[in-house]
Amino acid sequence: MSVAEKNIVLHVADVHKHFGGLHALSDIDLEVEEGKTHAIIGPNGAGKSTLLNVIIGKLAPSKGAVVFDGQILTGKKPHEINQMGVVRVFQTPEIFPDLSVLQNVMTPAFAKRDGAYRANIWKPLEAETEIREEAEAILEDVGLHERRDVHAGALSRGDKRRMELAMCLIQHPRLLLLDEPTAGMSRHDTNTTIDLLKKIKARGMTKVIIEHDMHVVFSLADHISVLAGGRIIAEGAPNEVRGNPKVQEAYLGGAHDLGAHSK
Amino acid sequence: MLQFFNVPRRDLLTFLAFSAVVLAMPLWLSPLGAAYPGLMQKFAIYAIFALGFNILFGLTGYLSFGHAAFVGVGSYTAVWSFKLLTMDVLPAMVFAVVVAGGFSLVIGYLSLRRSGIYFSILTLAFAQMCYSLAYSVLTPITNGETSLQLTLRDPRIIDTALAPRGEGLPSASILGHVFSGVEGFYFCAVMLIVGFFISQKIFSSPFGMMLRAIKSNQVRMNYTGFNTRPYALTAFVISGMYAGLAGALLAVTDPLAGAERMQWTASGEVVLMTILGGVGTLIGPVIGAWLIKYFENIFSAFNEQVLHRVFDWVPDGLEDIVVLITSKFVGEGWHLTLGLLFVLIVVFLPGGVMEGVRRIAGLFGRRGKPSSGAAMRVQPAE
Amino acid sequence: MEALLAQLLNGLDKGGAYALIALGLTLVFGTLGVVNFAHGALFMLGAFCAVAFRQLITLESITIDPDQLSPWGTPLEIKTPLAQTWFGEWGSFIVEYSVPLSIVFAIPVMLLIGIAMERGLIKHFYKRPHAEQILVTFGLAIVLQEVVKAIFGANPISQPMPSALQGAADVGSWLGLAPNMVTYPWWRLTYFVFSIGVLSAVFAFLRFTTFGMVVRAGMVDRETVGILGINIGRRFTIMFGIAAVVAGLAGVMYTPLVPPNYHLGMDFLVLSFVVVVVGGMGSLPGAVAAGFLLGILQSFASMNEVKSILPGIDQIIIYLTAVVILLVRPRGLLGRRGVMES
Repeated sequence: MSVAEKNIVLHVADVHKHFGGLHALSDIDLEVEEGKTHAIIGPNGAGKSTLLNVIIGKLAPSKGAVVFDGQILTGKKPHEINQMGVVRVFQTPEIFPDLSVLQNVMTPAFAKRDGAYRANIWKPLEAETEIREEAEAILEDVGLHERRDVHAGALSRGDKRRMELAMCLIQHPRLLLLDEPTAGMSRHDTNTTIDLLKKIKARGMTKVIIEHDMHVVFSLADHISVLAGGRIIAEGAPNEVRGNPKVQEAYLGGAHDLGAHSK
Repeated sequence: MLQFFNVPRRDLLTFLAFSAVVLAMPLWLSPLGAAYPGLMQKFAIYAIFALGFNILFGLTGYLSFGHAAFVGVGSYTAVWSFKLLTMDVLPAMVFAVVVAGGFSLVIGYLSLRRSGIYFSILTLAFAQMCYSLAYSVLTPITNGETSLQLTLRDPRIIDTALAPRGEGLPSASILGHVFSGVEGFYFCAVMLIVGFFISQKIFSSPFGMMLRAIKSNQVRMNYTGFNTRPYALTAFVISGMYAGLAGALLAVTDPLAGAERMQWTASGEVVLMTILGGVGTLIGPVIGAWLIKYFENIFSAFNEQVLHRVFDWVPDGLEDIVVLITSKFVGEGWHLTLGLLFVLIVVFLPGGVMEGVRRIAGLFGRRGKPSSGAAMRVQPAE
Repeated sequence: MEALLAQLLNGLDKGGAYALIALGLTLVFGTLGVVNFAHGALFMLGAFCAVAFRQLITLESITIDPDQLSPWGTPLEIKTPLAQTWFGEWGSFIVEYSVPLSIVFAIPVMLLIGIAMERGLIKHFYKRPHAEQILVTFGLAIVLQEVVKAIFGANPISQPMPSALQGAADVGSWLGLAPNMVTYPWWRLTYFVFSIGVLSAVFAFLRFTTFGMVVRAGMVDRETVGILGINIGRRFTIMFGIAAVVAGLAGVMYTPLVPPNYHLGMDFLVLSFVVVVVGGMGSLPGAVAAGFLLGILQSFASMNEVKSILPGIDQIIIYLTAVVILLVRPRGLLGRRGVMES
C-alpha cells in the first residue's frame, strides 16, 4: 500500500505533556490508520496511561494536539468524544453493576441510536426488539449470552471485561481504545480475550491498544509504537519492533525475552 | 400517541391491580378503621408525592432534601388560582404543576451541578430559603404564619363572571360540580392512578434504564456517550411536578396553604416513605406513604385511656408501667416510633418493605420448589 | 463605625456556636467518613444536660415540722433544695452558677452518649453509602429529640445566667470609644471566650498529643495508619465521643441565650452542615473559620440598613452563602478537592 492511500483516522501531533517539571510525554507523533490495530507498548512508567488520557481528552497536552477525523479532541466532554465514535475500554472494567448483563449491553446502543440525550418514555424497553437482538448477538460473540439476565455486579472480573467489550462493540466505534485489556487476567482468560480481539480485528475496526504485556500485542497489532521515558523509541510492524535492540534494552536491559508471557 | 398506551402485559396487570386496590380503598380500609375521606385523600396525595420523589431518588440516586418546597409551591399556586380565577380544580392543578415544574427546573439545574452530599445540601438550602422567605418577605403572597386562605373578598374572575356570588366561602369543584368528601377522595385516587401509570411508563422505558444506569455508574454513562445532566434534570423536574400536583391536591381537599409544608422535616418525611417502602421499586414508595400515614393516624390517636383498655389483660401493677412506657411511643410521641422505625429499616432492611416481601417470597419459593432456579423466578423481576 | 463593631461582636458568639458544632461534624466526617445528621441532636442533648443538672440540684426535699403549723392549720412543710442539703452554703452558689457548672456534668454524659452512639450504630455504617449514613443518623436524630421531648416536654425551658454575668460590657469604652456606644452582653462575651477556649483545646489536643497525631494521620490516610498496627478504630470511637462533648458543651453554654427545646438540634443541624460545606468538607480550620464568618455575616445581614436594601436577606443569608460557595467553589474555603464528590 502506498503512502498516499493511507487513511489516517487518529493523529497525535507533536504532543508534549509536563506535570510541573516532570516531562511525562515528549514529542509524541502517532498516526493511526483506518481499519488497523495500533499498539502502544512500553514498560511501567513509560507514559502509556498519560498518553491514553491525552488521546481521550481527559488531559490537555502542554503542547501539540490530538486530531480525530479532522477534529481536535482536547477539551471535549467524554460523551461528546464517544458520540464522535471514539470508544474506550477501561483498565478496571467500568460497568453498571446494578443492571443486568443484557441491559448493560443495550444501554450503549441507545447512546449510539438516540444521541447524548433523549427522554423516551413512550416506547417500553421490551418493544426495542432491534437493540435487544443486537445486544444478544454480541453477547453470544463474547460468550456471555447464557448469563444475560444476571446482575452485572455478580460477574467475575474476566466476564466483566468481556461484557465491557461487548458494551463498546455494540456502538460500532470508529476507533476503539483498549487500556491494558488483559491486565490482571489469568493465562486462560488472557488467551480467550486475545481470541476475541482477533475476531473483532477481522471486522476491520480501528483499534488502539495500550499494553504492558508484549505477548498480547504481537499477536494482534498491525503496527507497534514503543514508548519509554515519555518518548517513542521505536515504531513499525511487529517483526521490526521485536528485533529492535533499543526495545530490548527498554524492557529489562535486553535480558527479557520479548516473546515470553511476562506474567 | 398510541405508543403511550403500549404497555407490556405484565405491567398492564400490575396497573390494573393497582387501580383496583386504590379505588377499592373505602372497602378494605374500613375494617382497619381508616376508611374516612380525609385520611384516604392523604393516602392518595402522599403516595403521589412519594411516587414522584422515587423517580429522582430511586432511579438516579440523587437524594434531595428539599422536595417539600415544591409541594408548598404547588399549594400556594393552587390557592391563588382559587382566589383569583375559579374554584375549579383543573386550572389550579395545571398551574400548580407548571409552576412547581418551573421552580424545580431552576433549583434542579443549579443543584445538579454537584453530586453526592453536596447535592443534598444544595437542595436543602434552596428549600430552606423558600421556607424562610415564605414566612418573611413573601408574606404578601404567602400570608406568612396565618397561611394563605380563601376570603369572601377574593375576585375569582371566572366564577363571578359565570354566576353570582353565593353566600359564604365556596368549595373546590370540577366543571361546576362541587366535591363531597368521598368524591374528593376518588378525584385524588384517579390522580394517583394517572401518576402511577406515568411512573410505570418511566420505569419500563429506556429512559428509566438510563436513570438507573446513572445511579449505577455515572462515569460509565458519560464515556458511553450520554450527557447525564439533562437526564438527571428531567427526572428532577418530573419529580418536582409530582410534588406540585400533591401540593395542589392538598389545597383542593382543604383550600389552605402554609409555609410549614415546605419545611425540611416534610422533605425528610417523603424520604422516609420512599425508604420504608423500597427505594427504586415501583410500588414501594406508595406502600411506604400509606404505612406512614396510616400509623401516624392510628398511633397519634392513642391516648392513655385507650392504652389501658389495650393492656387490660396485664396484671394491675404491671399495667401502669406498660402503659406508661408505651404511651411515650404513641399520641404525641408518635414521632419517636417513626424515628425508631426509620433507624431499624435502614439498619436491617435497606430495601424496605419490598425487599422484605421479596425475601419472604424467596423463602417460600425455595421451600415449595427445591430447585434454586425456580426460586429465582418467583421473585418479582426488577 | 460603632454600628459595624456592634454587629461584628453580635456575630461572634453565634459564630462560636457554629464553629463548635461544625468542628465536631468535620472531625467525625474526617476521621470516620460518616455524614452525621444526628450531630445537631448532640448540641441539643448538651443543652438539656444543663437543664437536667439544674432540675437535679433544684429538687427539693420536703420535711414536715410537726411543731409548727401553717396558716391553714396543717403541719408546716419545709422545702429545702437538695443542693443545700448536700452542700450547705455552697448550694446556693451551685444553683446560681448552674449553667457553667453543668459543664462538669455534661462532659462525662456526652462522652458516654457519643461512644454509645458510635459503638451501637454508627460503626456499622462506615462502609455503607453516604445516603444510608444520612438516613440512619437522621432517624437517630428524630429518636433523640423525641426522647428529650418525652422527658422534658415540648416547651422551651429557659435557663438563667449567673446574675454576675447579666448586663452588658461596655466594649466600646475599652477601645477608646465614647461610653455606652458599643455594648456587648457579658454572657455572650463569655460564650465567645468559652468557644475560643474549647476550640484551642481541641486543636492543641490534636496537635500535641500522640493520640491527636494518629487521628490526624488517620484523617489523611486511614489504611496506612491501620497497616502500621495502630488500633485506629478505638481512637476513632473516642474521637466521636470528643466531637459529642464539643457539641454538647456548645449546647450547655448556649442555654441562657436561647431557651432550649427539643428541636433545637434540627435548627442548628442544617446551619452547621452549611458551615461545614462552606468551610470545606474535612477541613478543621475551615469549619472554624466558616463558623465565625457565617455568624458575623448573619449578624450584618440583620442590620436594618442592609434589610432595607435586600428585604429578607437576614433569613436566607446562610443558605445563600452555601449555594454560592457550592456552585462557585465546591470544595469550600479550605477544603480538599474531591471530598464527597461521589
